Amino acid sequence: MTAMIDITNAEKTFTMHLQGGVELPVVRGVSFHVAPGECVVLSGPSGAGKSSILKMIFGNYRCDGGRIGIRHQGTVIDLATAEPRQVLSIRRSTIGYVSQFLRAVPRVATSDVVAEPLIANGVARPEARARAGALLRRLNIPERLWALPPSTFSGGEQQRVNIARGFISDLPILLLDEPTASLDAANRAVVVELIEEKKRQGVAMVAIVHDDEIRHLIADRIVDVTLFASAA
Amino acid sequence: MAEQTLDDQPLLVAEDLGKNYGRLTACRDVSFALYPGEVLAVVGESGSGKSTLLQLLSAQLAPSAGRVSYRMRDGVLRDLAELGEAERRFLFRTDWGFVHQDPAQGLRMAVSAGANVGERLMAVGWNHYGRIRDTASSWLERVEIDTGRIDDAPKTYSGGMRQRLQIARNLVTEPRLVFMDEPTGGLDVSVQARLLDLMRNLVSELGLAAIVVTHDLAVARLLSHRVMVMKGGRVIETGLTDQVLDDPREPYTQLLVSSILPA
Amino acid sequence: MNAPTYNFAYLDEQTKRMIRRAILKAIAIPGYQVPFASREMPMPYGWGTGGVQVTAAILGPEDVLKVIDQGSDDTTNAISIRKFFGKTAGVATTTATSDATVIQTRHRIPEAALHGGQILVYQVPIPEPLRFLEPRETETRRMHALGEYGLMHVKLYEDIARFGHIATAYAYPVKVNARYVMDPSPTPKFDNPKMDNCPALQLFGAGREKRIYAIPPHTNVVSLDFEDHPFTRYRFDAPCALCGADDSYLDEIVTDDKGSRMFVCSDTDYCESRQLAGHRGSESAAPHKERAHG
Repeated sequence: MTAMIDITNAEKTFTMHLQGGVELPVVRGVSFHVAPGECVVLSGPSGAGKSSILKMIFGNYRCDGGRIGIRHQGTVIDLATAEPRQVLSIRRSTIGYVSQFLRAVPRVATSDVVAEPLIANGVARPEARARAGALLRRLNIPERLWALPPSTFSGGEQQRVNIARGFISDLPILLLDEPTASLDAANRAVVVELIEEKKRQGVAMVAIVHDDEIRHLIADRIVDVTLFASAA
Repeated sequence: MAEQTLDDQPLLVAEDLGKNYGRLTACRDVSFALYPGEVLAVVGESGSGKSTLLQLLSAQLAPSAGRVSYRMRDGVLRDLAELGEAERRFLFRTDWGFVHQDPAQGLRMAVSAGANVGERLMAVGWNHYGRIRDTASSWLERVEIDTGRIDDAPKTYSGGMRQRLQIARNLVTEPRLVFMDEPTGGLDVSVQARLLDLMRNLVSELGLAAIVVTHDLAVARLLSHRVMVMKGGRVIETGLTDQVLDDPREPYTQLLVSSILPA
Repeated sequence: MNAPTYNFAYLDEQTKRMIRRAILKAIAIPGYQVPFASREMPMPYGWGTGGVQVTAAILGPEDVLKVIDQGSDDTTNAISIRKFFGKTAGVATTTATSDATVIQTRHRIPEAALHGGQILVYQVPIPEPLRFLEPRETETRRMHALGEYGLMHVKLYEDIARFGHIATAYAYPVKVNARYVMDPSPTPKFDNPKMDNCPALQLFGAGREKRIYAIPPHTNVVSLDFEDHPFTRYRFDAPCALCGADDSYLDEIVTDDKGSRMFVCSDTDYCESRQLAGHRGSESAAPHKERAHG
């Protein structure tokens, strides 16, 4: 089986120009792969570079060296050297990203925030809204809130809206950055369920999870990020 | 899934574009390609050359160096400098839109909203009052202006309404490319948010390409796919919007990004 | 009599040459506004200085001149101009439309059909039809050059939006020879169809604005409109009270301070000719008798 994600010797360094050009190495020699239907969990202490690796796979952080191969519509594209347009295309139809925090346009209704990835991919608005509603219901967001913008919600509610937005699409790769961080036990269980469903659909996932229990529930493989720590 | 953009050819191509005013260089060595449906934000401080660049790209200013080419509706890429004035103006009225920061510059303030929206249609030969009015009315609805105000002049409108009217006036001929110069510049924060949301939806529904000049990084983040950072007349950094804003490389970009007040 | 201190028709020959060149250019480009070096005339702007200069440049000793103001031969303005040319050029003058070779007019086209060989000279206050929508002269000239006339329809659109119909009643814009949009001077739109395919030469002079334009004989002149709001002529729905004409443009005359009014032909020559031919209206049975009322 061909890997969905195949990373070889990827590296990342921040240069802080405002601090006199300090070089801040983050990771180097990052190498691992993720197969369809597999969930790889990145482990390591805070600051080890887990989030940075996730962002590199999403094309959010630029990759300073190495290779990040992504299977996109039948071909493998190296995200480290891809054109912006290719990255956009990959995000539209291959990689979904559930960030730690919800970032949405102010004053847009919750159901529209969640439905947006589907609409962007050409799904009709009513169907997209219906699917958004179903997911919001599973994640225990009461229906009376759907028409409100999520900026007024509690942290946990915003996180669940964020998860709904991330899980709604049928993308073959999902990146999860602390999807269960501020959730209660019941909602954590829903997220675990959602991840199981995605696995059955053959979705390749990379996740960061601090909660040991959740990690054991979802991880098929654990990649220790400290192996990639840059010698400063 | 429809893969529209990758196969397409660029809509607008800038090559080594530059503009001097005597010994003063307003803008130089700008090269990029804009694809159909793509939104490009040009960010930088006042005096960075971004407004000059917008004028060069929209053929309102002749470049001192380089050139801008545009793919006409017949599929042929043509150098804007070689278009006749009539062709250039026709492009401006049909296939392009230009949203000014100050709506008074882009609207006829003493003429009714309906006529403001209908003008471009009449300019391309629409000659049926009823159809012009119906089309204007449906565009007012799309930009969330009460159609009961169709006969009022924009001088009776609020700032946010004027800006939305300006957008309707530009989009009525279904342009493929819209230039925007600080489109949310003069508006209250609350009005800005609504306008941004509206623009975002219109851009994606109509598959518009847009070049948005703004000094507001939040506007760039919300509206654009790609961003170009300008300083001293040059493009110093370019890339995906979230890439440039979350992982800025150049010292100046890092300064810009770090200067955003926390929300 | 030709007063000895004036050149023929007041203007010096070099000025006339310059104006004639402008006129020839205007005829060559129907509807296009040709700039010319308008002179000071011995009458104020607004009194027809543009028309007077055009007339002075084309007048010859054999010409027969008619001058009308709002259709009338006997208003102050018409009489002054007629006398002016009588004095400076010594040409014959007339009030009969068919006898005149040159007719200078303000705000009307005569009712009697013009014929070949005649020249109609219009006095024009504002020659630029786009002026009120686009104040920049640089821009309006570019719009003319490129034939961008969408703006003209904006004005008509505004009329319909506001009044339910095209309310522009005078200075109604026309397109000449399928090219230039032209202001026909403040003539009522009733007269617009007379400009189309007219056998006479039509010249327009704007003195203050320093522009001359022309419609050569038998030129296509179309009034702008919308498919669903076509151009219509307008006249008061009444026969002339003096001659009974039901096809002429009428003036409304208020006859007392109780709201009584009557409608009479604005073209005095047309009305008088009809009365001489025996046509009668409601008020003409006893034209010279004082009416007995309090």
